[in-house]
Amino acid sequence: MERRSAKGWLYLLPAVAFLGVFLVYPLVDVFVYSFEEGYNSASQSFFGVGPYNYSYVLHDPYFLQALKNTFVLVIITVPLSTGLALLISVGLSSIQKLKDLFQTVYFLPYVTNTLAVGLVFMILFKKTAYTDGLVNLMLHWFGAGPVDFIDGPHWAKMFVLCFYTVWVVMPFKILILTSALASVNQDYYNAARIDGTSRSRIFFRITLPMISPMLFYLIITGFIGAFKAYSDAVAIFGVNLNAAGMNTMVGYVYDMLYGDSGGYPSYASAAAIILFVIVLTITCINLLISRKNVHY
Amino acid sequence: MKVVLQNLTKRFPNRNKKIKEDVVAVSDFSFEIPDGELIGLLGPSGCGKSTTLNLICGLQKPTSGRIFFGEDDVTDLPPENRGVGLVFQNYALYPHLTVRQNILFPLQNLKGAERPSKEEMLRRALEAAKLVQIDTLMDRKPSELSGGQQQRVAIARALVKMPRVLLLDEPLSNLDARLRLQTREEIRRIQRETGITTVFVTHDQEEAMSISDRIVVMKDGVVQQIGRPQDVYDSPVNLFVAKFLGTPPINVFEGEVRGGLLRLGEDAVLKAALPDQKVWVGIRPEGFAPEQAGPLHCELRAVEVMGRDISVVAGHPACAGTAIRAIIRAEDRPDTQVGTVRFALKPHKVFLFHRESEERLAVELS
Repeated sequence: MERRSAKGWLYLLPAVAFLGVFLVYPLVDVFVYSFEEGYNSASQSFFGVGPYNYSYVLHDPYFLQALKNTFVLVIITVPLSTGLALLISVGLSSIQKLKDLFQTVYFLPYVTNTLAVGLVFMILFKKTAYTDGLVNLMLHWFGAGPVDFIDGPHWAKMFVLCFYTVWVVMPFKILILTSALASVNQDYYNAARIDGTSRSRIFFRITLPMISPMLFYLIITGFIGAFKAYSDAVAIFGVNLNAAGMNTMVGYVYDMLYGDSGGYPSYASAAAIILFVIVLTITCINLLISRKNVHY
Repeated sequence: MKVVLQNLTKRFPNRNKKIKEDVVAVSDFSFEIPDGELIGLLGPSGCGKSTTLNLICGLQKPTSGRIFFGEDDVTDLPPENRGVGLVFQNYALYPHLTVRQNILFPLQNLKGAERPSKEEMLRRALEAAKLVQIDTLMDRKPSELSGGQQQRVAIARALVKMPRVLLLDEPLSNLDARLRLQTREEIRRIQRETGITTVFVTHDQEEAMSISDRIVVMKDGVVQQIGRPQDVYDSPVNLFVAKFLGTPPINVFEGEVRGGLLRLGEDAVLKAALPDQKVWVGIRPEGFAPEQAGPLHCELRAVEVMGRDISVVAGHPACAGTAIRAIIRAEDRPDTQVGTVRFALKPHKVFLFHRESEERLAVELS
């Protein structure tokens, strides 16, 4: 028995070693840095040990702004993108004509570069001295005044960021959900039809539970993805996100490390650990809720 | 509830778009199912039996022809308004619902005045569950049930709304041999107790013969023969039906009628009052009687003991298959040392078919 388990560990060694070196060690290291005040990676020195880094980060208005932005982004985009993706997927699976065309169209954003799309969004929304931009032109038709979406009020910038995020994450969700819908055995629908089940009841009592594992997967990964948003904001508002008031938590971590105000690995570590704890908590809550509502 | 099918035809466009011609799944099917009978739709796969079932329940619309339940023309009614219960081949139980919720599901769909009270629903669900003897499993999920139990839940779900017609699509094909035997008795019992007109589809002739009041044998969308199982077995209308019914299957010979005598190769076996012609001869396994001076000379290949009966495997030059299989009583066991065996034939177990059309030839054999 002893020898057999030793053999087992031997087989596991490569994977364990890789995970240890590239995942566990950095994680532990970040955790350690987050308690070391004024850590300097070049000289490997620090002043003292304590919760000061956390205190600093939690009192930093830029961090609080980033935290707020991230939460708003998560709370708006995850339900919205998942819900819209579900609607579109149901639509896609019930049409016959041009199905392939629409599926391709909806999938296109997924294969497009984030920064390129961000550029297009910026052009659509940007208000300059010469033009109000395409979106403002459309707003004008409805009698609404021009809004500066890129350099204007915070809510307008938030709207653009959410709009962009939803647009970018939806194709993957649609792809997953259409295949989930297609994998539901037609017999269930036939059985429901024979029993005179209304369409809404079929959707809520049969379709939704049947695809619930996939839906749950999308919600969890959606939450995690949105909490880790960064490049989307950069694509639209440029690298100086703090000035634009549009920073996200990952953005804050990045700025603390490499940005103009950077060079503070201790603060960055503390912020990263805070983000980690938040994501972990949300994911655990998700898992708990899913126990009751997801049917494998 | 009497079910009448009138000239029912269903065509599908060919999957291969290059072929313009439609696929005819069911062709000109007319049949009146008497009230309260159990009908077995029987045929090889692809013969249109499942399509017929789908036409009756309304999942598919016929290309032409009418369907009546009693006096009501239901041809244009959607499935939910027909009052049918359908049991699917894979049962189609909702995996995320318990047995009770599954059985309640059709009742919860009812609206307005039709909708029973909650207590009434539960009572009816329990009643249906008791009928199929699963009332102790009400809180389980389908995945926690055996195949046979799932089957019963599916039947209970189909019965709970008291359908006018019960339809079963290959209900036993997912069960193991022993359970199949037991479940088919069960289906028969439930059908008798409820008195619901029932149609069930199967490719297993033994299954169809054993529990049906009447069987419908189909081939390529065309009904071959309708009748009581024993009648169809004893008097098949063509070679296909004769071959399809019976285990072991019928033995087919290339025969010839010459001078009023039926000949299998060199052997003149029976008198047949027919003009001279070549024919197909079908002989049921139980139609052979070993006799010292029997007219049919066969090469004896093997003897398989099955207890009460024995099965004799023999060869004959005129045999269309690879071997003849005869079922005889154990005490008539031929001597395997000899290498040959001679049979007399029982005339009522021998059928003659036209060589080209394969239709049965009406003839007295003796």
